[in-house]
Amino acid sequence: MVWLAIFFLAPIVKLVSTSTQTQGVNIGEYVQSYRFANFLDAFTSAAPQFFRSFVYAGLATLFALIIAYPLAYAIAFKSGKWKNTLLVLVVAPFFTSFLLRTIAWEQILGEQGLVIKTLRLLHILGPTGHLTATPFAVVAGLTYNFLPFMTLPLYASLDRIDPRTLEASGDLYANGFTTFRKVTFPLSLPGVVAGTLLTFIPAAGDYVNAELLGNPRTRMIGNVIEARYLRIVDYPGAAALSFILMATILILVLVYIRKMGTDEVV
Amino acid sequence: MVKKMDQSIPPDADAIVSAQISRRSLLAGAGGIGAASLLATTGASLVSGLASESASAATPTVRFGNWSLYLDYDNKTKKYPTLVDFTKKTGIQVKYMEAIDDNDSFTAKVTPQLKLKKDIGYDVVAPTEWMAERWIKSGFAQKFDEAQIPNKKNVLPFLLNRPLDPGRHYTLPWAGIIAGLAWNKKIIPGGLTSIEDKVHPERGLFSNPKLKGKIEVLSEMRDTVGLIMMWQGVDITKPFTQAQWDNALAYLQKKIKDGWIRQIKGQSYAEDLISGDAVAVIGWSGDINQLNLQNNNQFGFGLPESGGTFSTDNMLIPSTSPNKAGAQALINYYYDPVVAARVSNYIAYVCPVSGAQDAMAKLNPAQAKNPLIFPDDAMWKKLFVFRGLTPAEQIKFSTGFQKIAGNA
Repeated sequence: MVWLAIFFLAPIVKLVSTSTQTQGVNIGEYVQSYRFANFLDAFTSAAPQFFRSFVYAGLATLFALIIAYPLAYAIAFKSGKWKNTLLVLVVAPFFTSFLLRTIAWEQILGEQGLVIKTLRLLHILGPTGHLTATPFAVVAGLTYNFLPFMTLPLYASLDRIDPRTLEASGDLYANGFTTFRKVTFPLSLPGVVAGTLLTFIPAAGDYVNAELLGNPRTRMIGNVIEARYLRIVDYPGAAALSFILMATILILVLVYIRKMGTDEVV
Repeated sequence: MVKKMDQSIPPDADAIVSAQISRRSLLAGAGGIGAASLLATTGASLVSGLASESASAATPTVRFGNWSLYLDYDNKTKKYPTLVDFTKKTGIQVKYMEAIDDNDSFTAKVTPQLKLKKDIGYDVVAPTEWMAERWIKSGFAQKFDEAQIPNKKNVLPFLLNRPLDPGRHYTLPWAGIIAGLAWNKKIIPGGLTSIEDKVHPERGLFSNPKLKGKIEVLSEMRDTVGLIMMWQGVDITKPFTQAQWDNALAYLQKKIKDGWIRQIKGQSYAEDLISGDAVAVIGWSGDINQLNLQNNNQFGFGLPESGGTFSTDNMLIPSTSPNKAGAQALINYYYDPVVAARVSNYIAYVCPVSGAQDAMAKLNPAQAKNPLIFPDDAMWKKLFVFRGLTPAEQIKFSTGFQKIAGNA
């Protein structure tokens, strides 16, 4: 409880109290005036980025799920003695800084990278087309960066499935696809829920990918908070936005969990 | 503070924005992975002048926080030669840190301690003019003992009476920065002379069709918006109207919307120039100078006919510094013309010291004629300084600019 009070409650109280302050005489000086309209102002001005954050995060979560599910499935059921090695490989990107990995993608997708040369050769992309500084690059970056967060919970829940349930399904004349649809997938749902949450929540607040791989039209809510805090020195606005972001995510998560009916994962 | 609370921001993201917008930590090895510049900004902090260790006990170390790649550096010895000589001469140790990536974020980081009057870990820092002015007004800078800085007489006269600090009692200029147009000479052999040119489209940044989607502009609003305002015929040195400012922002916004501008960035535009992702930029003179040294003179730099912006980075002693004497000795040392020439020869920004041009003629005759280090009259006529803003204006203008940049 003390732990919670110090590391969670105290910052939240400070955050909320900052969010209702107004500008003092000098830059960086704020006086408490309980101006709740700050929330409305902050939200109206940042609504496009706010909305965009959730769309990008949603897409990234979807793509991560599509990529991670077969991967986790293969590791859990088909990898045999390679299981541990593969798991280490999933986590391996974490040995490099998040920043450096994202910057590396700037190079991979950039003018000198192989991807763009290949796409141009195949005439999928015109000679002036580019991949960096596009929404595609931002969503791809988010998907890549949070992929392990999706893979590991999926693996954990797939690995826990008793193989005998699958055999039983086969004994009852279900083919592979039906077994997957009726047995494997429902049993892996806790992993799906945990994985999507672990991907969606950080992706919605991320600002690194939008900053490095995007352009001025792909900025997300994290960029807005950063700019308000450090560049405009508008602490109340930044605090208000952080609070709105936190509250929105919390509500979305609660609705999602209730709907999925898998309370045990949280 | 806000960042720490927000669970959704990745833990190691903290350095990113500052690194991304850092102004001039140029990539040491040309064309390599951009990550190297990150290492450069974080890794280089050296204690110089081990030769005179004996003296260090008596005199405390001076801690100098400056921008990246902003001091002569010897790759072989991994030392800063002018600092080594300073220590030899005075016995004062210097801890040099490439601490400033960005005016806003650096100041935001140290302000809480400055307010509490607790040592911020620096005895000398070098923010840009407008930010140095904010430091002075907030009472965060110590007044110099002029007698301890006799070399102040060597500072170029016109730099002594800048509005940020008339008479220079708190600050002295470290280097002058010119913002203008830079381009890749392979793709734009004719060069650029204007922001937009209706008669000769190929000479304008936003009219040369080859540049669409390949342009990057500075995230420093005084430079990017200043250049546009001057092109629109506004005098940025005098009070201008809100409508004139909005007009320039609207122009910038249109260029973003129409897909001309690829990114609004800090110094990392340099890496995009090298990789070819960007072909032309609104950028800083010294950056292009250093890029050219490493890339076969591949880039051109010039001012639009309507003018470029000029600003300075300024050394000041934070109010919390316990070593004012050492800091003043260090500041004084860098106004020795010979020392200043050695620094300018390396960093290639405008040298603020009179007599340094003669010293440079002996050191590196070619650089002594470089108008980007020693601007001639023709160059000065095209350089303008963005006027000072009141706190209210600063917030209003910067909010508007961040909005255009997609950040607010």
